[in-house]
Amino acid sequence: MNDASSSQQPAAVPPHGKVLAVTSGKGGVGKTFVSANLAAALASRGHRVLVLDADLGLANLDVVLNLYPKITLHDVFTGKATLDEAILAAPGGFSVLLAGSGMVEYSRLTPDVRSEFLRVVTELVPRYDVVLLDTGAGISDVVLFAVSLASEVVMVATPEPTSLTDAYATIKVLVGQQQRQTLRIIVNQAVRPGAGEAITRQLQTVLDRFVATDPARAVRLVHLGDIPLDPQVRQAIMRRQLLLQAAPSSPAAVALAAIAAGLDASVIASVG
Amino acid sequence: MTPTETDSIDLRALRLDDALALLAHAGKGGEPQAGESALGYLQKVIDGLCELSLRDPLTGLANRRQFHAVIERSLDSVARAGETMLLLMLDIDHFKSINDTHGHAAGDQVLRAIGATLARCVRPMDTVARYGGEEFAVILPSCRPAFGIAVAERIRQTIAGLSIAVAPRLNVSVTVSIGGAYAPEWVRSTPELWIDRADQNLYRAKTTGRNRAVIETPAQVSVSAEERGLLFSQLALDAAMVNEAGVAAAARDAGGHLSDTPHP
Repeated sequence: MNDASSSQQPAAVPPHGKVLAVTSGKGGVGKTFVSANLAAALASRGHRVLVLDADLGLANLDVVLNLYPKITLHDVFTGKATLDEAILAAPGGFSVLLAGSGMVEYSRLTPDVRSEFLRVVTELVPRYDVVLLDTGAGISDVVLFAVSLASEVVMVATPEPTSLTDAYATIKVLVGQQQRQTLRIIVNQAVRPGAGEAITRQLQTVLDRFVATDPARAVRLVHLGDIPLDPQVRQAIMRRQLLLQAAPSSPAAVALAAIAAGLDASVIASVG
Repeated sequence: MTPTETDSIDLRALRLDDALALLAHAGKGGEPQAGESALGYLQKVIDGLCELSLRDPLTGLANRRQFHAVIERSLDSVARAGETMLLLMLDIDHFKSINDTHGHAAGDQVLRAIGATLARCVRPMDTVARYGGEEFAVILPSCRPAFGIAVAERIRQTIAGLSIAVAPRLNVSVTVSIGGAYAPEWVRSTPELWIDRADQNLYRAKTTGRNRAVIETPAQVSVSAEERGLLFSQLALDAAMVNEAGVAAAARDAGGHLSDTPHP
């Protein structure tokens, strides 16, 4: 059995908190930007939030947050540090667990990485209201494994054809391998109001026709909201600041806050 | 460069002896042809040396240096284009015993025969390299997941069926173990990680009895032309909606109807 096939079963995560995997089919669509700002928005709504660099060092979470920690997930995996030592306070009032560049050697999903990954997430879940897994793009075994640990999947896509095709391909894999029935979508860099609604409908149409053909196992794509194309996003990223702090009244920040409010009502509120 | 400058190169003033000896040894090179310019001749010598530096002298296959250059380029296109690319690592079973029993010259003959067979078993676009000792590597771009095991099996069976003449009245047969891994699509990776994954499968092939191929298949994902078509036809409509105002204006100007507006 190879690594990819053994990650097909979603792992059991204790239902104390919500684990949200933020993923995308294609890289460069703003996944990490969304993770970090969504975390800040959820934190400002009173939740204890942690973002985990589940791309194992390939995510740019450290760059986005302007944090360069000495102790990282790498040290936790190798037993050199405890989880508490590796958890940092991020500027937006939430916690982060960064992987560090040394993790590149773990971008292969070995049994050790799987068990360490699982141990870390299991330990984190009871301590936070929301754990956001900032995963890599695409469908590598590490991404699929990270997503399998999440109770909810949030796909980030832009309206570009390549991004949508890759998002569709990823959704297809998640439906096929992990039997996901609900996937949530955020459309980033939307150029006009309603773009995300239309895109979600398009993806749903293709999915119904080709993937979820069994009516008994329908797959539902839920559009969480659009983040409009906003020059202030770029400015905040260049300054390595959270948009929610640098420009809280910018259209993109307002949209992110609304998405957080929606998640709060629909997903997080349902935690028993 | 003007012709005068070209002609000013004096070949006798250059120390080309070592380079020419290397080329002659590889069956290339030679004296300048009658009427050949000094610049043209030098270019040929340099091209010959470049070619030599990328080849394994024994088998004529790509050497490790060339292999690494190709694998790095390949990973780039895999990450950017999401192409499915397969790497096979291949090791001759019990090669040491051939050397021990029949001598190193026999071993060299086996390596040459395997190299030539490998090159015959794959497409011209594939890269076959001698990775080291008795280990070979093959990079197969645009190799769909379903075909990987077929290629590896073809190689394995062809080699198992060879009768290699290593001395007068002495033929030997050998088998190979093959490990393969697909490059992770859309993901930044390193040659080391990719090679390592293929090597692990080679190890699996060795430990489960040799003379076999073990290929790690990628997570199955394919978006058919039909699916793409539906997605893109919708997208085109959406794009038309973005430009609705402009399209409507254009349609009005052309005296046509919006519904007639073609979309790609």
